[in-house]
Amino acid sequence: MLELSPELPALSVATAAPGAAADEDTPRARGYGVLFWLSVAWIALVILAAILASVLPLKNPDTPLAIPRMGPSLHYPLGTDDLGRDTLSRIVYGARVSMIVGFTSIAFGLIVGGTLGLIAGYYKGRIGRLIMGFTDVLLAFPALVLALAIITFLGQSLRNVVIAIGILSIAPIARFIRASTLTFSEREFVLAARALGAKDFRIITREILPNVAVPTLSFGLVAVAVAIVAEGGLAFLGLSVRPPTPSWGGMINEGRTFLSHSPEISLIPAAVLFVTVLAFNFVGDSLRARFDPRRGGL
Amino acid sequence: MTALRTIGRKFLYLLPVLFAVTVLSFLLLQLLPGDPAVLILGPSATAAAVAVLHHQLGLDRPLWAQYLHWLDRVCLHADLGFSYQNHQTTLSALRERMPVTLELIILSQIIAFAIAVPFALLSATRPNKWFDRLTTTGSFGFLAVPDFILGVLLVFIFAVKFHLFPATGYTPLTANPLQNLRAMVLPCFTLGLGSQAVYLRLLRADLIATLQQDYITMAKAKGLSSRYVLLRHAFRPSSFSLVTVSGLEIGRLIGGTFIVEIIYALPGVGSLAIQSIYTKDYLVVQGTVLVIAVGYVLINFFIDLLYTVLDPRIRHAGAIA
Repeated sequence: MLELSPELPALSVATAAPGAAADEDTPRARGYGVLFWLSVAWIALVILAAILASVLPLKNPDTPLAIPRMGPSLHYPLGTDDLGRDTLSRIVYGARVSMIVGFTSIAFGLIVGGTLGLIAGYYKGRIGRLIMGFTDVLLAFPALVLALAIITFLGQSLRNVVIAIGILSIAPIARFIRASTLTFSEREFVLAARALGAKDFRIITREILPNVAVPTLSFGLVAVAVAIVAEGGLAFLGLSVRPPTPSWGGMINEGRTFLSHSPEISLIPAAVLFVTVLAFNFVGDSLRARFDPRRGGL
Repeated sequence: MTALRTIGRKFLYLLPVLFAVTVLSFLLLQLLPGDPAVLILGPSATAAAVAVLHHQLGLDRPLWAQYLHWLDRVCLHADLGFSYQNHQTTLSALRERMPVTLELIILSQIIAFAIAVPFALLSATRPNKWFDRLTTTGSFGFLAVPDFILGVLLVFIFAVKFHLFPATGYTPLTANPLQNLRAMVLPCFTLGLGSQAVYLRLLRADLIATLQQDYITMAKAKGLSSRYVLLRHAFRPSSFSLVTVSGLEIGRLIGGTFIVEIIYALPGVGSLAIQSIYTKDYLVVQGTVLVIAVGYVLINFFIDLLYTVLDPRIRHAGAIA
């Protein structure tokens, strides 16, 4: 689940989604569909919840307020957890951790991995091989093991979770961007720019980067989903943010002991995390299918 | 001849990767905020004990000398560190727990292939019909479910609701094979269902592409049965990419075993690592990370080799060119 492989989007939803067969024939004839907009709406809702958590009229997520393991009621719409904390406000505050980790770690990965990928794709020779060798080394560690190792030795905190997952994302992002850069650096407009005397830096930033940016956006959204799952996994193992700060993976883990009597303690955050991951995957994949140059009818 | 050269080239590439992996594993200890010896031994350690460990780890020497010292201990003395919490060497702890993790991985992969191959074959023969739609949508779902959610769900459904399989309680395979397998059903399905989705999607896409090749039409024109063509002419070349992907899948699986072993309380390598992380048993964590990473690199190397040797298209690539 943690593998952010560049191959992954290739085996994508586009073929799975009903109606995809028709899309293949007429790539731009259709709109995005209801499922796409529902996903966008859900992502917007989660982001808004994460930003506005402290402004919203929510109970304190960190302190016990009521009887533990209470079912849903008017006062506690999603019930309370094993310590009597309000599940709804823990879900909303948990969105904060997921969104911060998801977006900042991938932003970090895009800056570092993106730069490496552009350089490796443009300078195919020794520099390119060196960078690819570096990514091979990063990929030599199973993802979760590397993240756990970094957090164990660096210490457990939100910042270090972002660093660990950001480091994990460098290699797949670098490889993805290198692959797109390779195809664009052979194109005529790059040759034209070079013929006009443009410097390498200008060609990379002004000619290649804008073209690479479009497929990277969809890849980045799928990467955010992977990062959210990674944080969830770390939190599930108790190695993300420290308690009592709520995070979805941690909530799923805390409720595990009470599956027989109050399964909702685990299952509500599980459902929220799953829907969020699915939404990011779906939006990323739909955009990829739409902007994929190979399907653009060239 | 070309195959040998390919193997040689891959082997030359393996060495720097292994070197870098050992360096990174070694450097983990340097990330610790403070004196590693003090942190490893814990707050109750005496100054003398700290001094001894200091000397053992060679912390008074320059970093490169420390690395060589560490590598020498690891390679020549098979010394992967010592657990100051359990008073056990990391090596013996790993040896005890490795069979559990290996059983988990192997059984989960058997399940994954047993589901993926027939479903992919059926889907690919009639792409975009209802059966294909159902399996591809289903596999997309399984691909998106994180292991820790699938694990909790399976426990909830099959252990808590229907009492079909136990959620915890591991019995060694040698002590009671049947009870062992019963306890392994849920953990193996938790891991296997995810892999199954990866394999199914790949194999399906690969088969659909292969079935459109001219030689398939040719085979059909010769009057061979569709089943024979599907299995002998289409599945065989596709199975090679399946082998490569299963190599990549092992990385995900190793991470998955960590989570699955915690959910089902299995005494494997993953739970050893996690427990060592909880108890701040840094040397055990370092040793385990090293073993896992080196093992992962070697497995991928051998799968790569296997691919080169088995696939006639790659084996004879030089001869044609």
